[in-house]
Amino acid sequence: MLGQQVTVATAEAGPDKGLRRRWRLGEKFIEGWIFLAGLLVIVVLLGIIALLLKEGLPIFLDTPPWEFFFGTKWYPVSEPPTFGIMPFFVSTLWVTLVATAISVPVGVACAAYLAEVAPDKVRETVKPIIELLAGIPSVVMGFIGLMLLSPLVQSTFNLNTGLCGLSAGIMLALMSLPIIVSVSEDALRAVPDQFRQASYALGATRWETIIHVSIPAALSGITAAVMLGVGRAIGETMTVLMVAGGALAMPVSPTEPMMPMTAAIASGIGNAVRGGLQYQALFAIGLVLFILTLAVNVIADRVLERQRRKFAR
Amino acid sequence: MFTNPAKKWFILPAAVFLVAVIALAGCPGTTGGEDGLSGSFSIIGSNTVTPLSSVWAEEFMKVNPGVSIAVSGPGSGAGIASLINGTTDICQASRLIKQKEIEQAQANGVEPYEIQVATDALSVVVNPSNPVSELTIVQLSAIYTNQITNWKEVGGNDAPIVVISRDTNSGTHVFFKEHVVQMASLPSEDTSLEYGSKVLFLPSTKEGVDEVARNTNAIFYPGLGYVTGAVKPLAIKATADTPGVLPSVETALDGSYPIARPLLFYTNGEPASAIKAFIDYCLSAEGQAKVSEVGYVPLP
Repeated sequence: MLGQQVTVATAEAGPDKGLRRRWRLGEKFIEGWIFLAGLLVIVVLLGIIALLLKEGLPIFLDTPPWEFFFGTKWYPVSEPPTFGIMPFFVSTLWVTLVATAISVPVGVACAAYLAEVAPDKVRETVKPIIELLAGIPSVVMGFIGLMLLSPLVQSTFNLNTGLCGLSAGIMLALMSLPIIVSVSEDALRAVPDQFRQASYALGATRWETIIHVSIPAALSGITAAVMLGVGRAIGETMTVLMVAGGALAMPVSPTEPMMPMTAAIASGIGNAVRGGLQYQALFAIGLVLFILTLAVNVIADRVLERQRRKFAR
Repeated sequence: MFTNPAKKWFILPAAVFLVAVIALAGCPGTTGGEDGLSGSFSIIGSNTVTPLSSVWAEEFMKVNPGVSIAVSGPGSGAGIASLINGTTDICQASRLIKQKEIEQAQANGVEPYEIQVATDALSVVVNPSNPVSELTIVQLSAIYTNQITNWKEVGGNDAPIVVISRDTNSGTHVFFKEHVVQMASLPSEDTSLEYGSKVLFLPSTKEGVDEVARNTNAIFYPGLGYVTGAVKPLAIKATADTPGVLPSVETALDGSYPIARPLLFYTNGEPASAIKAFIDYCLSAEGQAKVSEVGYVPLP
């Protein structure tokens, strides 16, 4: 918009047509550039979808969808191979559930503290530190899970092995915490101050204000934060590959070793021959994963949009 | 800034066009060639062979500074897949290539050429505090198919067995399945047996050894080169009547240790130029001396 105004200004100011044309050309160039940049993202997304469909769908010619989604046996290198992804799917659910159960209460409480209670100085120091946690590479989190957390989980819960869904879930909770804290804090701070003032004026304590005014007002933003955290937990690979244990049995509790979908893809793709049955099956798992995270992200986006509209002026 | 709505319909075809362009550009077309002793090539495959190949590659590059060799060990299956897909020059494997894989390779215009470079004894290890010191192949098979789930069934403590295996990328996974789980070369052989569903599949041999060192109830099967003082190798009995044999270079060489296997290189056709020079070095007396240093069994 600024560019247009300037163009108009020069047009009025003088008869310098060359300058005017240069402005217009520059404008066109930048417009085109931004258009292409935007297009690239769409292209990449379409490309990924096309690739997943092309490589993944042919598995259903060999294994009917019913057997593929609800089968409980995964023996890709046997003769004949069997592909059933139910245990992977359930493992992903368990690990995500554990991660969410830990990261949501802690994350929202932390965000409420930062947004409502903490003095400015504390918030300005603590928030960047929490966001730094998001930058730790997942393989490092895997190491920490392997070396520190899994022995601890094993002795605390008296398990056969600490390499289990619970350990993986706890690590994932740590990894999705920064997203949840950061986005929820933004949502809480977007709540107009009049809400709080009105609450205090009615004699509510700070606790009552947080629980009954601030959090409900920011609920859609917090929901979006949770969804983004869940999306991260579902898609995370390296950490679960290292820590979750990798057993093929259908896990009935999170304390069992298990293999979530991401780990199944990572541990199998190396020896899959391009175009082979195992390759197709792994791409089909990728497709399921893609749809799952896409759904979570779309929901988060919708909810976040609602939050924005609510306080838009 | 788009105020012109007529432009919107243009986005989708444009996107489809760009997808096509990227897809075409992404087609594999270039393959690196190597000329003389100044080439570079890659060795991809078995996690077990990696320590050995790395030493060989280092020594060879010291003598031939013009050659660069990249070694990586995602697993034998991964290496053979790379050979079939044409993305590696040498595939290192700890199991024989399967007939089906040879067919896939030939369909891709790749002619797998096999060279045995060493032998490995697959040790079965437990935590040092575990009182069990020997197992038969049949017992191992029952443990890995989850038919035996408690150590007291094989003369140990009353504790559940934590069974650890490599994932399907690994040649060790396949070799162990055929020779121990399915008991090949025993009268009780049963090719329908599979790893039990409670078996933990770990992405690297090192991780398995670490878990056994930490976990008093765990059992795992690393190659001889990976056995450290922190774990205890078991004596293996081919059948219940034969004496238990501990894994070592000697017992693997004289054939008394029942779970020994070849370590192999596969190339596309007979090797030439730099690759041939490298493999000749591996098979030389000097190269074979490195085999014992790393902890494997040299060729006779």
